[in-house]
Amino acid sequence: MTNRLALRIAVFGGFGVVLFAILFFRLWQLQVLDGDTYLAEAKNNRTREYRVGAPRGEILDRDGEVLVGNRTSLALQINPRKLPADPRERRAELSQLAELTHSTLRSVRRRMREELKLAPAAPVTLRRDVGNYLVYYLQENQERFPGVEVQRVFVRDYPDETLAAHVLGAVGEVSEEDLEEARYRELQPGDEVGQDGVEYAYDEILRGKPGLTRIQVDALGQPTPGGQLVSQPPAPGRSLKLSIDADVQAAGEAGLAAYGSGGFVTMDVDTGELIAVGSSPTFDPELLTPPLTQKQVDETIRNPAQPLVNRAVSGLYPTGSTFKIVPALAALENGVITPSEPIYDNGSITVGGQRFQNAGGEAYGSVSMVRALQVSSDVYFYELGLDMWDSGDLQRTAHMLGFGRETGIDLPGDIEGLLPTQRWRNELYAEGETDRPWSAGDNIQLATGQGDLQASPLQMAVAYAALGNGGAVVTPHVGKEVTDAFGRVLKEFTPPPRRQIQIDPEYRSVILEGLHDAAQTPGGTSYEIFGNFPVPVAGKTGTAQRIGQADQSWYLILAPYPDPKIVTAVTIEEGGFGAEAAAPIALDILEAYFNKQSTGAAGPNGGSPG
Amino acid sequence: MYATRTRQARPEPFAVHPGIAERLGLPYMDGALAFSAVALAAFSVFTLSQSTLGDVPGSPNFFVDRQVVYSLLGIAGMYLLTRIDYSRFRELRVGIYTFLCVSISLVFVFGFAARGSRRAFDLPLFSFQPSELGKLLLVLALAGFVIDGARKGSDWQRTVRYLCLGLAPAALVFLQPDLGTSLVFGAITLAVMYVGGVRWTHFAVIGAAIVALTAVVLVVAPAVGTPILKAYQTERLTSFLDPSGDPSDAGYQQNQAKTAIGSGEATGRGDRATQTRLDFVPERHTDFIFAVIGERYGFIGAALVLSLYALLVWRALRIVTLSKNSYGTLVAGGIAAMLLFQVFVNVGMNLGIMPITGIPLPLMSYGGSSVLATFLAIGVLQSIHMQARLGQKGRFAW
Repeated sequence: MTNRLALRIAVFGGFGVVLFAILFFRLWQLQVLDGDTYLAEAKNNRTREYRVGAPRGEILDRDGEVLVGNRTSLALQINPRKLPADPRERRAELSQLAELTHSTLRSVRRRMREELKLAPAAPVTLRRDVGNYLVYYLQENQERFPGVEVQRVFVRDYPDETLAAHVLGAVGEVSEEDLEEARYRELQPGDEVGQDGVEYAYDEILRGKPGLTRIQVDALGQPTPGGQLVSQPPAPGRSLKLSIDADVQAAGEAGLAAYGSGGFVTMDVDTGELIAVGSSPTFDPELLTPPLTQKQVDETIRNPAQPLVNRAVSGLYPTGSTFKIVPALAALENGVITPSEPIYDNGSITVGGQRFQNAGGEAYGSVSMVRALQVSSDVYFYELGLDMWDSGDLQRTAHMLGFGRETGIDLPGDIEGLLPTQRWRNELYAEGETDRPWSAGDNIQLATGQGDLQASPLQMAVAYAALGNGGAVVTPHVGKEVTDAFGRVLKEFTPPPRRQIQIDPEYRSVILEGLHDAAQTPGGTSYEIFGNFPVPVAGKTGTAQRIGQADQSWYLILAPYPDPKIVTAVTIEEGGFGAEAAAPIALDILEAYFNKQSTGAAGPNGGSPG
Repeated sequence: MYATRTRQARPEPFAVHPGIAERLGLPYMDGALAFSAVALAAFSVFTLSQSTLGDVPGSPNFFVDRQVVYSLLGIAGMYLLTRIDYSRFRELRVGIYTFLCVSISLVFVFGFAARGSRRAFDLPLFSFQPSELGKLLLVLALAGFVIDGARKGSDWQRTVRYLCLGLAPAALVFLQPDLGTSLVFGAITLAVMYVGGVRWTHFAVIGAAIVALTAVVLVVAPAVGTPILKAYQTERLTSFLDPSGDPSDAGYQQNQAKTAIGSGEATGRGDRATQTRLDFVPERHTDFIFAVIGERYGFIGAALVLSLYALLVWRALRIVTLSKNSYGTLVAGGIAAMLLFQVFVNVGMNLGIMPITGIPLPLMSYGGSSVLATFLAIGVLQSIHMQARLGQKGRFAW
């Protein structure tokens, strides 16, 4: 062999060594260095998970009456893998399905596209709640509809229809953005979550754990024999018992519906348990389950009356005279006035050239605290507002009572509202946002619940509850107990009061007396409504002026007097005088509440004392 | 008596009374070469028996049975060629070359189409793919032409002549279309020319031409609207550069093969293998059998197979240096290149570093033509080895 040939063979051999070295290195890299990654990928590759929906927990009222239950419904699904491969046949089948479900081919296709983007190869739900006639038809003509499946799913059931809709909220499929939130970490597209109200706030309790069947599949997605790897049955959600009383709630809603837009709250003054929370106009939570028709969207989401807003919790209004307990308390506690010290009410006061007068132009003469509350003398409280105009005492007391801050309620929509202060207005003025700095007039307005004040019925109820219970600013809540499927109590909700404020028992009884006189002695502002009510109560009307609108009607009531157990706040948009609209609704609510107390105190299994 | 016995006890250079091993020619064969070839074939049967059970309904051992038959036929053919003096093939070069070209051409007329390509004849026992045997035939014929034409014409004329001789059958195979095998033909041609002494400068020019041609085929031709490769071919050739680009097509196969091999880790997943058991990896008994080995037997198994191939190629290269004549040198060089190229491209394809070209893994991939042709090629190597050994001893085969 020549040297030249030997060199060539040596180069050839060297080339071979290099090639084999590359292969060995790459093999080592794939299997030894990155093996874990590929093994995980391979495992992921060969399994398909089928989720079996779990029913959500029931929502009960405080007596155990079902407010939200479940019923099974039939959902029409398309399994895209089993549709005909031929585009024409596929099109024909889909358009037939569209016709049967009162839809269009385009929207069926769009829905398939959207769902498949979220969960490739998963069955696409075409319509929930399909009628039996359609299911029978499809079953009889199965060979004409390959890939169409009927799935039994759980849907929310509302035995009382719209009752407490704002408290309960609705459920709907979790959205793509929601899935990125921590609270929805374990969910997958298509899972249902609470969209508002208790369904949203207690979603983690109510939400069940979907069952999981993990099966081994081959590359075509076909299950392999004996390839069932895991099977975990669905775990239903836990039940939630609310503090809401369905009867009281129904009474309030019936009253409210007669008057238009507004809201009401009934709350236990000691615990903060909400016995009734209503808002009008209302909506049907069942109709909020997607897909919504245009009509449903127009009636709910796009409705200018905003039926989805819970006005009891999130409605902000000036409160009118119902606010007067706050300047009363502030003035007494800060020594601005004594309970017996009279103020002469000649119908109006003039401060800085501006005249503030009583509603209706009345003059009550010399009035002290009790009388001023009974007749709702504005002048009396104008004077208190004037006396405290730059001391901040009124604002401090109001802030302690919960104005201008969140209530801590366990429902979405908790808001701060607005408590006007000297500093707030002066800062606005410095920024050029308003035409004038803080003046005595602002405080005079505030003392009667007018001007810039913005508060919700819930905030008013919390403030009155603090007066009623002697100083505890309670945490309002609707959630009472979590129970498992057998009714065993797993957890009770007893949130502690947010704050404790100092209220001199003497001052408290003076203010309560004024409120009692207002409701139940002749000459009181709501005597006409509550004069004959058998239970002694302490109630205050409110008539708030709103720019460009008829007056806002308010009523706040503590009952029974003098040791109140419950507080009720009612407000009606454009309802006029407090005694005209709000007080009658409060009466309905209290009647329902006390009827139940007297007849059904021992509960459904106890005998009635008669 | 005693003196005779003493004489007989001495190791005799030539056995006067040849034993059975001597008669079979075993001492003159390359044992390591035979071992690696048979071991690879056995490993193939073993792998197929574990991984293809029940692939063909009603015939659980479909692939295994056939591969055993092909391997046994191949071993018999290998032995037969071992005992034939390969030098005769040099005299038959024109006949061999003609047969090569005609048999490949006949596929266009009589061949059956599979997946859009006509490559094989449907024979009673198995389908015969002329281009597989053609690899060996090309080596034998081209080596003969190189020896024959060594003194005719200028260097350039010779280079061009060899290229034309090699590329004509390559072009025929390419038109079937079978890109992978035509590339093997090209590799064989270059290897034979290389061992045959074609100047380095010529290779430089050829190399430049290949680069330019690749650019034209893959980039320029599609851009001007006259694609030379079919779309799927281009995609296969380029997808390995960016396998994640489209998990549904060519890159998908490669990703699945890579995942299969990687998931085998050091010791393999055995029967818990999923990638290659559940059809995620396509063509797992043919082009992607290495992925099966990687997943089932892990780095240990795959490295063992690669080592056997390294042994095979090393023995082939060693035979290049042992050959008694230039023809043997060229033939052995061509076969060595054929094996090396196929192993590298196929295993590289499984490992995701080479494009998908449809080249079988010699002796491992299921398929009669490939197994048989590879064993025959090894038989030719054995023949060269045996002639060299016999030549050293001054004796010739019968």
